[in-house]
Parts: sequence; structure tokens; C-alpha cells
Amino acid sequence: MKQFRKLVTPYCLWLFLLTVVPMLLIVFYAFTEKGTAITTFSFTLENFTKFLDPIFVSVLFRSLKLGLLTTGVCFLVGYPIAYMIAKCKDTTQTILILLITIPTWINLLMRTYSWISILSNNGLLNKLFEAIGMNSVNMLYTDFAVIIGMVYNFLPFMILPIHASLTNMDKSLLEASQDLGASPIQTFFKITFRLSLSGVLTGITLVFLPSISAFVIPKMLGGGQYSLIGNFIEQQFITIGNWHFGSAVSLILAVFVIGLMALIFMAEKRTNNSVEEEEGGWLSNAKRKKVR
Amino acid sequence: MRKERKSVRILWIGVCLFFLYFPLIIMAVFSFNDAKSLTHFSGFSFKWYGSLFENTQLLDAVLVSVSIAIIATIVSTILGTITAIALSKSKKIVRTSILQVNNLPIMNPEIVTAIALMLFFSFANIEKGYMTMLLAHIAFCTPYVITNVLPKVKQLDPHLADAAMDLGATPFQTLMKVIIPQIKPGILAGALFAFTMSFDDFIISYFVSGNGVENISIVVYNMTKRLNPSIYALSTIVLVVILFALLIGTFVPYILVKRKGVKMNEEVN
Repeated sequence: MKQFRKLVTPYCLWLFLLTVVPMLLIVFYAFTEKGTAITTFSFTLENFTKFLDPIFVSVLFRSLKLGLLTTGVCFLVGYPIAYMIAKCKDTTQTILILLITIPTWINLLMRTYSWISILSNNGLLNKLFEAIGMNSVNMLYTDFAVIIGMVYNFLPFMILPIHASLTNMDKSLLEASQDLGASPIQTFFKITFRLSLSGVLTGITLVFLPSISAFVIPKMLGGGQYSLIGNFIEQQFITIGNWHFGSAVSLILAVFVIGLMALIFMAEKRTNNSVEEEEGGWLSNAKRKKVR
Repeated sequence: MRKERKSVRILWIGVCLFFLYFPLIIMAVFSFNDAKSLTHFSGFSFKWYGSLFENTQLLDAVLVSVSIAIIATIVSTILGTITAIALSKSKKIVRTSILQVNNLPIMNPEIVTAIALMLFFSFANIEKGYMTMLLAHIAFCTPYVITNVLPKVKQLDPHLADAAMDLGATPFQTLMKVIIPQIKPGILAGALFAFTMSFDDFIISYFVSGNGVENISIVVYNMTKRLNPSIYALSTIVLVVILFALLIGTFVPYILVKRKGVKMNEEVN
């Protein structure tokens, strides 16, 4: 079987060229600035000191706030749904899970596009408000619209892993808990919820991380000047053309996100108490849950 | 008490499904609207479908999206499958380090991957266009293929391949006749994942393409400022195609299995 070992070489080269080198370029740009006539680039830490700028701090704060709110709403809405689906009959469960997965197959921009007409000032929702005698509300291009858009797009990624962990649970534990005299509420918090924690963590990862680095949804539903960290990076590269500062922001975002994922992974391992079967496999598990 | 709970359950799930499907339904309904308005339905017409097929910009974008998705899926599936097979045989240290790097595009926020690739293409002096978009799509699809295929390869019985080669099969024959048929579900899942990732991608395509090469997402993005019901028509077509593909994907295997079962029963009888 050793004959096949050599086959790893093409992908090694590919990975080096299209993953390692590009990431190193980000690091390179982040630590340099446009140099003098003699050297084209010179080393600097200035790109990182710019972070203390109040404008940037407010962008960062806003991204975190919207990310947390989106994750919170997705969890509060998604957990009960996952729980209720897990209580249904097997065939009903398959159909419901399929129904929840289908929207994720449709282009994110197209799905978000129709929210524009629903939320706009003379949009469907406002027409409805008028019909029942309420004043029209300005919704499009506000935080509310952005959160609605993100919850709409990311909710399935919260429901699916939680549902998976709920159905994998050993049902006899629930019976045991009830036999030993626990109330349904006690059973839920001490058994069901604890055992579904790994699914919850996966769900939080799959919602929180894309929502803090989101870039299209805030731009479409939040309006042009709306700035989250993703929009900020785009601005630096496309409009302003300061690749060095843009790279520094990207680098920070990447380190933050990957660090957070590592932390969540460790927490997941602790709650699971199970030995992960393979190196590098945890993430693929999360993603496999995502595709189902 | 019991019944009450059940109705609460149905209500809650119903509201959730309504939330998920309402925008899609709106989109489909108003794609048949007579007027340009997206809030007032004034009459039924195929007008926007007609203007969709006259819109060369949109049609070009559909062509770009579909062709890139197909080529990227084929290349990344082959590359990813071969690599996954090779990885399962290589030394642990090689495997771990490659998988760590392989995870980077999956874990990285998409916008960072996009920026990184953009910097790379401008650094390597490759002109932005169709080729760069294709290369970028292969680059972000392959890791997903590997994570889908590798677990299946690991479940394989290594003795089977050894047996095939002992019986005189060349390594290539072993690969095609013994290994690949057994990991087919993983390969298919990986290919499907790669196709949808590539077809739906916006951020990476947006940063690495240029010279007028646009995929569907980029065109939709550029049209957000002025609402255009043609986008609704296009979205409805995509929605119907996906639903159709899903129906076939879910029910055809089911029917085939059933028929086979009937046939086998007949033979037994």
C-alpha cells in the first residue's frame, strides 16, 4: 500500500502555493508599509497601533455585538425547534430536517435579496403594519435588518447540530432520571441539556464565526456606510487601497477566529469526554453536520 | 395536557418554517408580477423571465457560475480523493501536518481566504479573471472533499487492497477497482459539497475575479441598489432546479432499491 504514499506530493505543492504562501503574504503585508525609493517595503508595526483608533474600536465592538446578538437569537429560537423536531416520529424528523436544510442550498445573496423588499419603507411588512393600523417603521438599513438577515441565513446551522446531538442521546438516561424522581424540568437541565452541549457548541461556532466576519449581509441590509469588520477590510482593499492596514486587520480577524475555534474545540472535548478518533477530524465533523 | 404540548410544538415548528420559506415564496410569487413593484401584485406575467433571457450580463454570469462549479468540482474531487487515499497510507506526522494546513481554508473567515488569494494573484502577477476565479474555487473546495473522503478511506479494510495486488492487480487497477468503489459515498458527498460551495460562493469570487468576469453572486450583489425582478426570476429558476435535484436525489435511490428488492424476491420465488 506504500505505493500510494507518493500521491500526496501534488496536493502538498498545491497547498503550499495556494494556502501557505497567500497566508504568509497577509503576514508580510501586515508588518510592512510602502517603503522609500530604494526598498519597496519596510518593516513597521504601525498597522497594528492603528487598532487603537476609536473608529476601528467601534467597528470591532459593533461586529462583536451583532455577532453575539445573532448567536443568542439563533440559540433561543433554534434550541426549542431542534428539541421539538427530535421528539417527532422518525419519518417526520427526516422531512423536517430536509425542509430546514433546503434554504441553505440557495444562494445566500438571492435569499438576502428578497429581504430588502420585505423590510423596505414601502415594503411588505410596512404594508402589513399599515393595514392593521400601525405606523410604518423604518427597518431596512438598521441593526435590526442586519440581525434578521443573519439569523435567517444562519439559523439552520444552529438547529442541525443540536438536533443531531439530541437524537444521538441515550434515551434510557431520561427514563432513569425520571425513575429516580427528577421532575421533567430537572431532567431537562441535568440530562438533556448537558448531553446536547456538544451540539450547542458546534452550533454556536457555525453561527458566531460567520456572523462576526459577515460582509455581504450587512452591506445589503445595512446600507452602504454600514461598517462591520468584514466591510472594513473590503473598504481598505477596494476603496481606500491600503493593503497593509487591510492585511493587519485580516490577520487579527484570522487569529481571533482560529483561536476561538481551538478554545471551543477544547471545551467540546471536555463536555464530550470521548476521545476524538482522528487528528484534525473534529472540524470535519462539524462541517459534515452542516451538510446534512 | 399532552395535546396542548403537541399543538405548541406544531405551532413553533410552523412559525420557524414560515420564517425560513416566506422570503423564498415572496421571491417566487413576485417573479410572476406584471409590474416592477415588489410589494404590489398587479397581474400574472412571464415578463421578467423574458427579460432575464435577454439580459446578456445575467446569462453570462450563469454560464460562468455553472462552468466554474463543474470544473472546480471535477478537479477538486479527483485531487481530494487521491490525496485522501495517499494520506491514509502516509506517516502520522505527514498526515497531521497536511491536515492542519488543509483545515486552514475551512477555519479561516472567508474574507481572509479571499484577501490572501487576491494578494497571491497580484504578487504572482496573474491577471485577474476566469482563471484566477477557477484556481481559487479549486483551492477552497478541495479541503472539503478531503474531510469528506478521508473518514471513508480510514474505514477501509487494508487487506483488500493487499489481496488485490497479491492477485496481480497493478496499483492503478487496485485504486480503480477496489478502493474507489468502496469509498464512493464519501466521494459523492464531497463532490456535492464542492459543487454547492462553488456555485454559491460570493466573497472569494468577488475579490479574485476581474476584467468583467462575474458569477451570479457578483451580479446580484451589484444589483442590490436598484431592485430588479429579473433576479427574482433567476432565483426562482435556481430554487426549482435545486428542489428538483433534491427530489431526484432523495427518491430515485429509494425507488431503485425497492425495485431491486422486488426483483430479488421474484428470483427467490
